[in-house]
Amino acid sequence: MCLAVPAKVTEINGEEAVLDYGGVKRKANISMLGDVMVGDYVLVHVGYAISKLDEDEALETLKLWDEMLKASP
Amino acid sequence: MMQNKFNDRSTAGRIIRQIKYLSEDKRIKIMHVCGTHEQTITKHGLRSLLPENIEVVTGPGCPVCITPAKEIDEAVYLAGKNIVAIYGDMLRVPGTAISLAKKKANGGDVRVVYSPVEAVDIAIKNPDREVIFFAIGFETTAPMTAQILQKAPPENFSILCSHRLIPPALDFLLKEGIGIDGLIDPGHVSTIIGVRPYEELSRKYHLAQVIAGFEPLDVLMSIYMLIKQIRNDEAKVENEYTRSVTYEGNTIAQGMMSKVFKADSREWRGLAVIPLASLTLRKEFENFDARKKFEIPPPSDETRNQECRFCANVIKGTGRPKDCPNFGENCTPDKPIGACMVSTEGTCSIAYRYRHISLSP
Repeated sequence: MCLAVPAKVTEINGEEAVLDYGGVKRKANISMLGDVMVGDYVLVHVGYAISKLDEDEALETLKLWDEMLKASP
Repeated sequence: MMQNKFNDRSTAGRIIRQIKYLSEDKRIKIMHVCGTHEQTITKHGLRSLLPENIEVVTGPGCPVCITPAKEIDEAVYLAGKNIVAIYGDMLRVPGTAISLAKKKANGGDVRVVYSPVEAVDIAIKNPDREVIFFAIGFETTAPMTAQILQKAPPENFSILCSHRLIPPALDFLLKEGIGIDGLIDPGHVSTIIGVRPYEELSRKYHLAQVIAGFEPLDVLMSIYMLIKQIRNDEAKVENEYTRSVTYEGNTIAQGMMSKVFKADSREWRGLAVIPLASLTLRKEFENFDARKKFEIPPPSDETRNQECRFCANVIKGTGRPKDCPNFGENCTPDKPIGACMVSTEGTCSIAYRYRHISLSP
């Protein structure tokens, strides 16, 4: 039920965007996101984009994990 | 993007070694409250990878499972004369007498939709029929229901509001005492509500919490972070899922929810009436409230179907599917008795589906 799927924004028309789910294109509502642009990755739940996936944060998380695991005894 | 990096086997091994080392054979019970987390944990056999002293249990995280039978009865009743639009997961869940699937088979007009937007479209295309959207789910689906109501849907559209809220339910369970040492908070509910609503729980109950994503490494990492907190006697809310969850959450979605809904106290299936853990429509939106628009007869207790008594333990995390005498015997996804076996995100349904992978269902 709370499964959300990542997709890439390929087109924006007002509150609606065309999203690319790895080849399959579908429309979604983007009115819950303030600053979405073509090329962004968003997380989609029941036809609405609920967050912009932050690639820098993802990379930072992986880096942080590596440091944490190295530092642990 | 880079989801596959959150699936890396060698990193998983490193995290598990650290979990073993840091937990020092101490018995630690961790709860999560999300069907999608349960899916990740069971599908990838994470329980069997963890040391025996770490127990991971499921809390009330499947919105389908916690929707009371009498609210399903309301939808069943409404589908007699009107069109009832539902999320697919609700179709087979038993009410006190029958499920919506049975009602549909008996001639009721029940339509499965992927999004509430589709429910509004049905209302636009059928101006001479009443269309009721069965609005279930937590903070991940409530903002979408709010959004369509704010966009002035047609007069023949209304909702049967069954939305529930996670933080007050956690507060209720923790107050009751469920004997957990740490809590994995749901990543997508948190994408909407942010980190703040959990902080009071950590303070009140001295509880370690980590908001986690849904890849196997997200879950393992959140367990590692919890064990570190528990070892250091800390009680804070950490965010492992920073690629989607911000401290403030999605404030636009929160604004939509608070404009349309107010908190209410209703029953959770398998639990009880939980104070202020449900949503109801504000006065300005009452004309879209199916409970006000239609006279729905109160459910009769006499029609109560057999229901699995053990579901409550599974929903509260005090029992696992394997402890239930019905599990896999007379209760299977094809012939479910309890709500936990019906939804694809129900703990028992997941345990049954992946019973050949997971060593501990």
